[in-house]
Amino acid sequence: MGAPDNDKEPIIEFKDVHKSFGKNYVHKGINLAIYRGETIALIGGSGQGKTVLLKELTGLMYPDQGRVIVEGKDVTRMREKELLDIRKDVGFLFQGAALFDSLNVKENIAYSLREHFKLDNEEIERRVTEKLKLVGLGDPAVAKLMPEELSGGMKKRVGLARAIATDPKIIIYDEPTTGLDPTNVRRINNMIRYLQEKLGVTSIGVTHDMESIFEFADRIAMIWKGKIIGVGTVEEMRNSDDDIIREFIAGTLPMDDI
Amino acid sequence: MAEEAGKKPNAFLRFLTVVGTPVQSFISYVGGLSIMTWNTVIAYLKPPYDWREIIKQIDYLGVRGLPIAIIASMFIGGVMVLQLSYSLATFGAKTFVGALLGIALVRWLSPVLMALLVGGRVAAGISAELGSMVLAEQIDAMRSLGANPLRKLVAPRVIACTFFIFPLTTMLADVLGITGGLITAVVTTHQDPQFFMNNVKNYLDYKDIFSGWGKTFFFGYFIAIIGCYQGLNTTGGTEGLGKSTTATVVIIMVTILISDFFLTKFFFFLMS
Repeated sequence: MGAPDNDKEPIIEFKDVHKSFGKNYVHKGINLAIYRGETIALIGGSGQGKTVLLKELTGLMYPDQGRVIVEGKDVTRMREKELLDIRKDVGFLFQGAALFDSLNVKENIAYSLREHFKLDNEEIERRVTEKLKLVGLGDPAVAKLMPEELSGGMKKRVGLARAIATDPKIIIYDEPTTGLDPTNVRRINNMIRYLQEKLGVTSIGVTHDMESIFEFADRIAMIWKGKIIGVGTVEEMRNSDDDIIREFIAGTLPMDDI
Repeated sequence: MAEEAGKKPNAFLRFLTVVGTPVQSFISYVGGLSIMTWNTVIAYLKPPYDWREIIKQIDYLGVRGLPIAIIASMFIGGVMVLQLSYSLATFGAKTFVGALLGIALVRWLSPVLMALLVGGRVAAGISAELGSMVLAEQIDAMRSLGANPLRKLVAPRVIACTFFIFPLTTMLADVLGITGGLITAVVTTHQDPQFFMNNVKNYLDYKDIFSGWGKTFFFGYFIAIIGCYQGLNTTGGTEGLGKSTTATVVIIMVTILISDFFLTKFFFFLMS
């Protein structure tokens, strides 16, 4: 599986990333390398800036200091126009799916296809149907539904279909399974695995759901008080020397510390 | 000595903070609006243009605001005639009711009232809509899917408000206000309709129309850009959304009233 070899080139690198919101420092020198084809889970208590890290990856937010390298290019120095090329290769599944309320399911999924590529309607239709089938929403009636008519699980799956519409090389999952029932959790986990194994995508997921992490992640990175305090395979992290990592994974870390 | 020397700069610094903080936030707000306008223009320069979105905004923001525009302008025209007939009668100048109504409405009341009434509604609507999109991460989603929110969201709203909604609504308000006044004059003060309308027409020249109507383009722009700016800068969850929407309405009211003063001076200068 995707456990990294040392001679592998990283596809994404965070180098000494600092970020603060007013007096609140969320990143105090994050260093992390993510390798091609692996699935890495970011863990850490609430408010540790995990989502911010994901957003810095595609230039949705900029770090105050440090560099974020994606496929050899420094994202932090790019203008919005240059970022478009990076974003073509990165699919983003947002926490609440972030579907556009005024567009139906089909148009939501077709959004990036229309923005990035000049495709005719038939091709767009074909790709939308293909992606909907991939996330288990093959019923043609679903494509015409508006986001408000979808259940939470369906929204997440449509969000995932939208994230993979352009066949990205990197997929970012921000809490993909939060608030879903066990069936949908398993479905999403299987999807993440499927995309990695069949299409070879690199995945970065932020989640609090340890069961899911054990199912889909090759490696785990833990953010704690603005730094990455540990990176390793699931087994390595479970048996880590660091009490905080071990207790966090086991769910026994006292609430005061989180 | 040393104590005195220590006190003076403190008092001075306090004074600077009291005066400087609002000045600084005003300047940074205006700066924010200007940067957003510039970036929107740059983002919108390249075709293709989505006319359907502009028409949708005209319908959504403008057409749905028509009832309030119609009711307000007709009744304002009516009330003005009642008030003017009463006060002008003291000077024996009751026959000038039509002239005064026409000038007051076209030069001042219609543009400002429409900007305040319809504008408050439009700006709050824009701010709430874009603010909820920010909170639901839809703006981030839009950017990550390769679209520029300034081009997709801000530009159509600014174009719809600046070039269509406010100029057209004000024109309608001019006509309806005069109609309301005419009806009131005929029914309550028994003026001859022909005489009333001639009076309106004779004292209203193209300068009045131009200076009144010219303002509406500025008002439309202020309303849309402030609404968008407030919306896109929403933070702090649903509570923040409520705050930013309320602030939008207040900012719009103040902006319209103050800018009206300077625009009036500007158009006087332009026409002289």
